[in-house]
Amino acid sequence: MRLLLGTLFAFATAALIGLGATWFTLKEGIAYGGISIGAWTAWPKNGTPGIDPYARAMVARSGELPVGSGDGITFYARAVDAARPLDGRCDVALSGTTPQARFWTLTLYDPEGKLVANSVQRHGFTSQEIIRNASGTFEIMIGPRARPGNWLPTGGVERYVLALRLYDTPVGLATRSGRDTPMPSLSQKACP
Amino acid sequence: MIRFLLWLLGGVLLGGVVHLATVLLLPGMATQDAYSRLAPLTPVNKVVPVPAPSPDKATMPFMDPAFAMAVCRYDLTNAPLKFSVPISQAYTSVSFYTRSDIAYYAINDRAAGRRVIELDLMTPDQHNDLPDNEEITAADRLIVESPTNTGLIVIKALAAEPGLLASAQNLLTSAKCQPQPQ
Repeated sequence: MRLLLGTLFAFATAALIGLGATWFTLKEGIAYGGISIGAWTAWPKNGTPGIDPYARAMVARSGELPVGSGDGITFYARAVDAARPLDGRCDVALSGTTPQARFWTLTLYDPEGKLVANSVQRHGFTSQEIIRNASGTFEIMIGPRARPGNWLPTGGVERYVLALRLYDTPVGLATRSGRDTPMPSLSQKACP
Repeated sequence: MIRFLLWLLGGVLLGGVVHLATVLLLPGMATQDAYSRLAPLTPVNKVVPVPAPSPDKATMPFMDPAFAMAVCRYDLTNAPLKFSVPISQAYTSVSFYTRSDIAYYAINDRAAGRRVIELDLMTPDQHNDLPDNEEITAADRLIVESPTNTGLIVIKALAAEPGLLASAQNLLTSAKCQPQPQ
């Protein structure tokens, strides 16, 4: 009897811990081999056959197709800094320069990867559309209300994700530090 | 008490095994992965345009709305595949994914170095079966080996401005993927 109870208890613990850990890692997006530069993180291995099992499970679960490493690389930003996740009700400025690439695109998604509805039907920018300063840097204002210049509407959603995709770029598996890869910085301005 | 802790320890260790097993088995059991989402929309060995994502409807999450996209869902069981796509003004890329959505090869217009990206897709066995001399005469032919018999070819053309999306989509209609006559 004690043996049976013990076995049942051990199995229940195993199921709880095992499935709980799987659910948690996939939900939180824990994957190895990421490179973080400022607010941005990319997983260059996700576009190669060397993709790690956790990233594979996440890709299979979400249904996305990772950008192949011969094509480009995707950097994601989910928060301005550790304390402040990206909030669609606030004004956030994205400014600076991007690493060397033939083209880049910036896209705003909700946390599930869907585009966010807004009045002007703008979901992102490409490197060709952006208005730049004389010095070659640019600033994109991300917020719920219309702005002059480069305005990326958030539609007032609570949480969003930014994806900066670099196409035909030397940034990839060999990229280590942020020195050769100047990513644009995110700063939160007004927040009602 | 000690007996209880031992059972608990056993449960925790077994939990680790369960965790690793589920993570490793999950990709094989997924029903909402990219290949499964595209399968009902795409006949085999044919280039099919993928509708541009919108807030209401998107074939896959995290699609880049600046790109026109088309997919060829291939099956190499019977014969290798010939693939070609003309390149656009801005940027064109071709990415290859296995049945389990692993990107194993990607090429862009500049790496192809011509007005048309042209290549042959085959399994490693079919590659080995190629006659030797043919490989020499066809030295400029790009051969891509697919690790699996089935998979996806994803063709993307950049629309640098939203107004150019229609022409990028139009360009992708000239893409071809056809089984090679044997």
